[in-house]
This record gives sequence, C-alpha cells and structure tokens, in this order.
Amino acid sequence: MEILDYGFMQRALLASLMVGLVAPAVGVFLVQRRLSLLGDGLGHVALTGVAIGVLTSTAPVGTALVAAVLGAVLIELVRARGRTSGDVALAVLFYGGIAGGVVLLSLAPRGQATNLDAYLFGAITTTSAADVAVFAAITVVVLGVVWLLGQRLYAVSDDEEYARAVGLPVLALNVVLAVLVASTVVLSMRVVGLLLISALMIVPSAIAQLLARSFRQTVYLACGIGLVTSVAGTSASYYAGTPSGGTIVLLAIALFLVVTAAVAVREATARRRHQWQAEVHAAHPHEHGEGCGHPAVAHGDHVDYHHDGHLHAPHRTGAGVHYDEHGEHLASAPVAGKAGRP
Amino acid sequence: MSGTPAGDALRLRDASIGYGDVAIVQGVDLTVAHGEAVAVLGSNGSGKTTLARGLLGLAAVLGGEVQVLGAPVGRLRERGRIGYVPQRHTVSGAVPATVREVVGVGRLARHGLLGRLRPADRAAVADAVTAVGLADRIGDPVASLSGGQQRRVLVARALAAEPELLVMDEPTAGVDAASQEALAAVLADVSTAGTTLVVVTHEIGPLSGVLSRAVVVDHGRIRYDGPLAGAQPTAGGHCHPDQPAGPAAGYRFDQPRVTIDVAAARNGGH
Repeated sequence: MEILDYGFMQRALLASLMVGLVAPAVGVFLVQRRLSLLGDGLGHVALTGVAIGVLTSTAPVGTALVAAVLGAVLIELVRARGRTSGDVALAVLFYGGIAGGVVLLSLAPRGQATNLDAYLFGAITTTSAADVAVFAAITVVVLGVVWLLGQRLYAVSDDEEYARAVGLPVLALNVVLAVLVASTVVLSMRVVGLLLISALMIVPSAIAQLLARSFRQTVYLACGIGLVTSVAGTSASYYAGTPSGGTIVLLAIALFLVVTAAVAVREATARRRHQWQAEVHAAHPHEHGEGCGHPAVAHGDHVDYHHDGHLHAPHRTGAGVHYDEHGEHLASAPVAGKAGRP
Repeated sequence: MSGTPAGDALRLRDASIGYGDVAIVQGVDLTVAHGEAVAVLGSNGSGKTTLARGLLGLAAVLGGEVQVLGAPVGRLRERGRIGYVPQRHTVSGAVPATVREVVGVGRLARHGLLGRLRPADRAAVADAVTAVGLADRIGDPVASLSGGQQRRVLVARALAAEPELLVMDEPTAGVDAASQEALAAVLADVSTAGTTLVVVTHEIGPLSGVLSRAVVVDHGRIRYDGPLAGAQPTAGGHCHPDQPAGPAAGYRFDQPRVTIDVAAARNGGH
C-alpha cells in the first residue's frame, strides 16, 4: 500500500492505532460517571503545558503530561470537597488552562515557530519516532492500569456512595481515573488535537453503549470501534488531504448516527410486529385459561397455549388481555390444565 | 459471616451526625447487639437516613461517639463487613451493565485494591442473585429490569458481600407487594444466619415479621426504642409520627429512658 511507503504515515498510523484503542478504554468510565467533558477540560489545561514546553525548549509532550496530570489531581481534590464550588472551580481551571496556553505561546521568541493549530486540531504527520515511543509507553501504562483496576473503577463510577460505604478507596480511584484521562489527552494531542480529544473518548463509548449488554462488552466494543475509526480516519485524511483529527471524529459521529438509526429502526419494527400481533389477536374469540381446550405449554416464567399450530402467550395490560405470538415451542412438554400467567 | 462476634454491632454515645457543620441527628444513644434486627422509623426529614449514613461513614460524626463493628466509624478498616442498600429506586449507570456485574461490585471490597474476583466470588454473586429471585436474569442488562427488580439487584449486591452488618435505606419504597414479600423472606434468612440488620423505613409492611426492635427518630432525636410492636400505631404496619389517629400517635413509652413530646410528634413530622 502506498500509504505505508512513507515513514511519517507509518508513525501516524501507529499513533492513531494507539489513540483509538486507549481513548475509549478510559472514556467509558467518564461516560459512566457522567463526566464526559473532563477530557475536554484537561485538553485545555494541557495547552498551558505545551506552551511551557515551547518556552523552555523542552519536549511539549512531557510538559503537557505534567500539566494535565496536575490539573486532573487538582480537579479530583476540588470535587471531593464539594460539588457546588467544584463546578465553578473546574471552569476556572479549564479556561485558565487554555488562556494561559495561548498567552504563553505568544511570548515564544521569534524563529521558534509554534503552530497553535497543530496542538488544537492535531498534526499527526509531524509525529516523530521519539513521540511514538512515548505514546507506546503511555498506551501500555494506561491499558495496564485499566486492566488491573477496571472493576474498581467501574464500581466507583457506577455508585460512588456505595463504594465509599463499603470502603473502596474512592478518592484514590478517582485520582487514578483523572490521571488516566490526562495521559490519554496528551497521547491524543497529536492525533486529534486538544479540542477534539473528548470526542474520541466519548463517541466510541456512546456507539458501544447502544449495542452492548454488559459493561465489559461495552469496553471491548468501544476500544474496537475507536481503533477502527481512528486508523480509518487517519488513512482517509491522507487520501482526502483533510486534517486527521476532524476526519476521525466525523467518521465516528457518522457511525454513531448510523447505529442510532439502526437501533431505532430495529426497536420500531419489534414494536410494530408486537402491535400487529396484538391486533390480529384482538379479534381472538376466546380467552385462554385452565381447561380452555388448547394445550398449555410451559414457556419460561409463563404458560403459552397451543392454538392452530402456533403458541399464544397471554399478555395482560391495563387495557385487558391480548395474545402475543411466541413461535413454535412444541418441543417442551405440555402441562395440562396449568393456569396462565397471573 | 463467621459466627456472632463478641461486643456490640453498633454503639452510639451522645452522637451527633450531619453534614458540613450542621448536626441533623443530635445526642443519640443507641446500642445494637450482633444479630439484632432493628427498624429505624420516622417521617421524612426526621433524620433517620442521616443516622444510617452516619453508621456508614457517609455523614460526618460531629460529636460523641459512633462505633461500628467494634471500631470508631472513621477508623473501621474492614468496611467490606458492611452491606449497604442505598435509598435509590433504580440502578442508574449510563453504560449498560448486567445483573452479574452490578452484584459483583459487592465482592470487590474483600479483595483490597488489586485483588480480582475469584470463582468463590462468582458463586457468592450467583447465590445472592438467586436469593432475590433473579437467577434467570443474571446475564441481562439491569436497565431491562423493572424498578422493583432493580431494587432487588441492589439488595443482592449488599448480600453478595456476606456482611456482618446490613444497612438498608427504604428498601420497600416503590416496590410492589410481591417484591416486598420476597425481600422479607430474604432478610429473614440473613437475620437467622446472624447478620445484624438496620432497616431505615417509614413503612414496615411485610418486614414486620423480620424486624423485632424499633427505633423511632423524630427531629434528629430518638423518641422511642423498644419492641417493634410498641412503635406501630395501627395494625396496618405504617408508622407516621404525624398521623393524628391512634393513642399517642402510636408510640408507647415503655422504655424508661425514652421521653416523647406527643404534641411535637403530632405536629412536627415534616
């Protein structure tokens, strides 16, 4: 493939692969905690770190990591002290972060060309080999911590009060999660940009939530979706000449809309089928019951009635009783004379 | 549950409990022996929930002493010995989770910071889910369950911890009669096995067969402490301190150290 002939694209694809995997693995917990925008806020804070790196001629990735982690810990400490003031404190910290970044970057001496856009919207093709190494380390650490502490992070995200009552270290786990978010922000900075990072954490989780039945499934599915959209978006941006961050996020959002629509259609179809059956059976001339003449068939927690080759399940609603089709279950033994579902 | 330990499960001495520096419960003395089954009764705003949250370390002890399972509540190390059913009608997480996953959280506190759930934990989770009558739903997302069933999931989460002390906040509120009966049966088993029960409620209902002692809280103070029968105004099983009917609004004063202001009990309430 032509795209793999260039070193910069190899590095770009590696970076996007790591980001696609890691961002949703952390984002699921933020969605569960209803703190979806924490990543966005820490992205703002990271910008100050970037500016300090540029001013002091150190690697911006390192200084951004330090700034974002400090910001994350500060946020959790503020949140632990009380929610009302916490909300305002978050806003102050976040906007202070982006304002500080912009002002500090403007102070950078001439000749040290700094492209603000590259940090705000991503510049994946500028990823250096050293960046890839740092990203790989961050990826391993973040995924390792999620694997080790995932169940407890879930517990705290799901019901903080219960976790506190039974003695889980709530503050410590919250700080760990915030630091994971901060690390992910810095990892994603080059690929999608600080302003779009949150999208890569949240949108794959939002898609997975529509499809999964369990939390574990949601995590795996979100990581899979993140990985695919991230690599596909980066490739597409190469061919279309568009910025990688925006392309990845638009792709993820398009997938979200498609899945949302598909799920809605599936639910509507199921509802219509149910309604249609109810209408068919509204004209049902008799009510099934004990000794009604139709063989009763045990089916899970209720009893169906065998009627002209199919099974009728009484469905009692406020409006009375109608009969749902429960398909062929003739393998189960008929229970003669057993009463229907109460 | 490893037998009945010596000492008291709960020991409150002149305890004041509240939030920030506002004491909602004031000057409470209460001793509950291991294995007792206690109802904490009172109307909305009486302070009964704050009292229970004080036992869990969720509300601050602002004065006096609160000992839980032999240690001051703030310094209790093995909190995994406590089971808690919060005053919440549904499991509310934004991300899907199965019954098994939610109930599994009840086992986590036993394994420190890094320990993972083992086969024995999975067995305990299955037992707890079976106990609340949801065995056939264990792999289903909790969001697909009815409100009453979700409430039972939260009960199962507390049971899965195999707690020595089980604190429940309004476990019967908003739950249909069948689920209430099922809950009463579960609590009867747990109580027989030696677990100390503290059930905060304003409606005893079918739990009257399980709970033997009542503590009535009103305006942040204990107004009655004695046999459950003595705290029930009518045969209906409801306890409303502000209910005008019934002798002395229902409370008998057969505990020598308890005093009650009948007028305040009638008029206060909310």
